[in-house]
Amino acid sequence: MYRIGVIADHDTALSFKSTGIDTFPAVDGSEAAEKLLKLARENYAVIFITEHLAEKIRDKIDFFRNKTLPIITLIPSNRGTLGIGITDVKKSVEKAIGVDIIFEREGRE
Amino acid sequence: MEIRVNPNRMELSRLKKRLVTAKRGHKLLKDKQDELIKKFMDMVKQNKALREEVERELIAAFQSFTMARSQMPANVVEESLMIPTAKVSIDIKKSNIMSVNVPRIEISMEEGKNLYPYGLAGTSAEMDSAIRTLSAILPKMLKLAEFEKACQLMADEIEKTRRRVNALEYVLIPQLENTIKYIAMKLDENERSSRTRLMKIKEMVMQG
Repeated sequence: MYRIGVIADHDTALSFKSTGIDTFPAVDGSEAAEKLLKLARENYAVIFITEHLAEKIRDKIDFFRNKTLPIITLIPSNRGTLGIGITDVKKSVEKAIGVDIIFEREGRE
Repeated sequence: MEIRVNPNRMELSRLKKRLVTAKRGHKLLKDKQDELIKKFMDMVKQNKALREEVERELIAAFQSFTMARSQMPANVVEESLMIPTAKVSIDIKKSNIMSVNVPRIEISMEEGKNLYPYGLAGTSAEMDSAIRTLSAILPKMLKLAEFEKACQLMADEIEKTRRRVNALEYVLIPQLENTIKYIAMKLDENERSSRTRLMKIKEMVMQG
């Protein structure tokens, strides 16, 4: 059996606590990176991390990008979204096809 | 560009065989790439829709949670959420999409238990509803995680396949074709020169 972890700022982590997944509050990038690596070594298959923390540790997250496990997914925090998650989807499309054909329409509006 | 080889018949037939293999490999890889892209497009569209939905709902849930917290003293909030009752564990199965191993998440939630880890007296009703919405979003978040990973892995695989297809199409196959042409011409040339030599010798013999 695998577990689910959330790395987030204190307030966001608190909201997830009640849903039964393990929460790991982190204040800054270095703490988040430390916790991310720790969770990756342990039995965590899915790690959610807020965009605010993720943007500070891009390189660590990209390291796991082509591994099957763990799955690292960006979520908005309680301060709203930075749009990094959706940009990542866009990047996958560009990487696979060369041009962005899914988001193109939105860009022109 | 040609490969440096000895121009003889052995090399020629060997290279011809290699060319046939390379062409078949190229066709297979090209088919694989087309199919991968087709599947990828389907997945990525769902991925995008799911992400937009999850982000929207999460932000709404966080807002209601913040509202709930503002109506209660901070230490009460911390205390009431200290020991969660809900338990979620997941199982990972691997499934294979066109030779890409993607994880599949199976969720097992402990049902039947009270979702709220606190007594109803000291907490506000907003807290209850915030927790309920957050728990409802969780399966969607896991679904999103699964889709996003699959898309990333497939994007990698598509890129790799495309490199191979291009290497075959623009490097290896033209190279082989050029070398085959070079050997064929060289062999013809040898034949012509030996024929003229023979004719010359015959002429000399006739005269002498």
